[in-house]
Amino acid sequence: MTAGAPAPGSLLGLAGLPGPEIEAILDEAEALLASWRKGTLPALLRGKTVALVFVEPSTRTRVSFEQATNLLGGRAVLLGEAGSSLEKGETLFDTAETLRATGVDAIVLRHPEPGEPERLAGRVPIPVLNAGDGTHEHPTQGLLDILTIRQAFGRVAGLRVAIVGDVLHSRVARSTAAGLRALGAEVVLVGPPTLVPPALGRALGAGVAHDLARGLRGADVVMTLRLQRERMRAAYIPSLSEYRAFWGVTPERMAWARPGARFMHPGPANRGVEVTSEVHDAPASLVRGQVRNGVAVRMAVLARALAEGGLRPARPPEAIAR
Amino acid sequence: MNLLVRGGRLLDPASGRDGRYDLLIEGGRVAEVAPDLSHLLPEGSEPRGIEVLEASGLLVLPGLVDIHAHLRTPGQSHKETLETGTRAAAAGGFTQVVTLANTVPVLDDPLLVAALVARVEREAVVRVHVAAAVTKGQMGRELAPLGALAQAGACAVSDDGRPIADAGVMRRALEYAKGFGLVLLDHAEDPGLAGEGVVHEGPVAAALGLPGLPSLAESVAVARDVALAGLTGARLHVMHVSARASLEPIRRAKEEGFPVTAEVTPHHLALTVAEVARFRYDARTKVNPPLRDEEDREALVEALAEGLLDCIATDHAPHAADEKDAPYRDAPFGISGFETAFALVHTELVRPGRLPLPELVRRMTVEPARVLGLRGGRLAPGDPGDLALFDLEARWRVEPERFESRGRNTPLVGRELFGRCRATVVGGRVVWRDEA
Repeated sequence: MTAGAPAPGSLLGLAGLPGPEIEAILDEAEALLASWRKGTLPALLRGKTVALVFVEPSTRTRVSFEQATNLLGGRAVLLGEAGSSLEKGETLFDTAETLRATGVDAIVLRHPEPGEPERLAGRVPIPVLNAGDGTHEHPTQGLLDILTIRQAFGRVAGLRVAIVGDVLHSRVARSTAAGLRALGAEVVLVGPPTLVPPALGRALGAGVAHDLARGLRGADVVMTLRLQRERMRAAYIPSLSEYRAFWGVTPERMAWARPGARFMHPGPANRGVEVTSEVHDAPASLVRGQVRNGVAVRMAVLARALAEGGLRPARPPEAIAR
Repeated sequence: MNLLVRGGRLLDPASGRDGRYDLLIEGGRVAEVAPDLSHLLPEGSEPRGIEVLEASGLLVLPGLVDIHAHLRTPGQSHKETLETGTRAAAAGGFTQVVTLANTVPVLDDPLLVAALVARVEREAVVRVHVAAAVTKGQMGRELAPLGALAQAGACAVSDDGRPIADAGVMRRALEYAKGFGLVLLDHAEDPGLAGEGVVHEGPVAAALGLPGLPSLAESVAVARDVALAGLTGARLHVMHVSARASLEPIRRAKEEGFPVTAEVTPHHLALTVAEVARFRYDARTKVNPPLRDEEDREALVEALAEGLLDCIATDHAPHAADEKDAPYRDAPFGISGFETAFALVHTELVRPGRLPLPELVRRMTVEPARVLGLRGGRLAPGDPGDLALFDLEARWRVEPERFESRGRNTPLVGRELFGRCRATVVGGRVVWRDEA
């Protein structure tokens, strides 16, 4: 079980990724977004095959990785647990070896267990992109969140971002918070102590607030997380209505944040629980941009993994369409 | 054949000897201990009826005693067998070990215990004592037939690996075990607090997105169980203490005179959750209880040095490589411990001056023997002829692929240690020699 270093271009998490590297991916995503609008996307993945291995159901992440691959002229092959050899008890690593042997150039992996992309990356010589691993990280979601924020504010450093909800079980929160911190934003994790343990704040270099008003105070961005209903069975929260009463984000509560604050949600949202539709669909909401940016960011990380020469050198800021 | 162990430094805390001594073992027992027994070997002629074990430059210790190990017999020979497990024990200097009951099937039936005791006679190279289950199937509900299990040869009872959740069941288990003079080996863990935890609760678990296992899952169970030992007057031995907060209940229980003892593993004495941060999702750091914080480790070292923790036990828990090579949450708890135990504690505690060498020896010989009332752990005339020869200066790198144990999983892989067992003797027979 000797494991080696991940192949260059792998993206396993945002924790530990240096700020400039994150900036470079965001710049590439912006450039690709601009080309996409103009219909001039370069075929950076021509002749490349990307395996999308989804050992857990997913719609938006899978579709946007597939779309990103296609848009850059690559080919995506899709592997879910059902109907694949994974279902027959073959280990993930054996499946990956088969994929590699058939000429796959990169593996995008969604897995319910934390750390599986990292363990896989230690054993295959091709790049591995983490598309969400259990309660650990979801780096492309984090990148698209940060890109969305950068587009809305023109910068990331110095902003205050409140992440509200089940941070403990959220791979999105881990990635987004790590990336934001690397770029100099302030992050505050907000929610009941059962779902926002102080150790997590320490681990992510983020502040912690167990009071929504205090947590939102001064926030430029309010991001709510999806509340999983199974948390009630494990006694993390008493009920959805109790959660809504204390942690649900409403228009009145958005007013606790800084004037002009923007709302975000990684989706899919439980409307009426963690956020009301008024907030979710308001002009101040960035949710729609998040979805579009998802494709751009995934194009960028695929290019980083597979394009000749990796990412193009960062261009001067004025060249980037905002 | 008699055995003369000649020229070594005998360190036997239980009989107060530390110095240059020869030992003669006759009929499997220590016959004579004296500064010089060379007169037994007539000059110039081949010694007749006496085998000589040269120990010059080596430390001669009473055979190490491990009261907490998993030899995986019956039912899990892919993890370990009596033969490989006891060879590994011998390679680590152990001459007697206690094997625990979480086998397949669970050792909750006197016939199983008797069969295992019989197999030990044929297959083991060191002395093996059997701890039977406390409850049927180790399910924590109905008592196993403790009396019949004791009659069949069980030396203690334990549901190790599966804590007894119900305090009422624990109380009756203690009361009933007391009637047969059995020690209850306690895996103290509150299942509710432990939850799905796999890594010490704190920033490392949080960053990896792995469920945390808090110290208090152990400490509240320790507090409960030592109180029950006080209530019942039954012998309770707390296994693998890992948390600082577990020490106060043990201290209070001992001050009250409750019949409580406790052990600590080499890995909890030497390693912390920092190893998990280093190994990340490699489950070779996955043990239960988990590796904890530096302040816990510090407190354990102090508690061992002052004797609050009575002894060191390995919790040798081998697994097949393929089982450990799994997502962290799915991989089984446990690492191989026999072959690194003495050297690890020697390297990390004795050499830096945190624990005197005689204390280490005491805590791995006479003290664990005393916990279960086992013979041995001492080398005075009449004692079992069990000993181990160690070269304290031998420096070696942990290469699990060279282990005698089938379990090759240890976070010590690649680590440099000081101290190697050169030979192990059980009942006057040399059962292990280090060929390296």
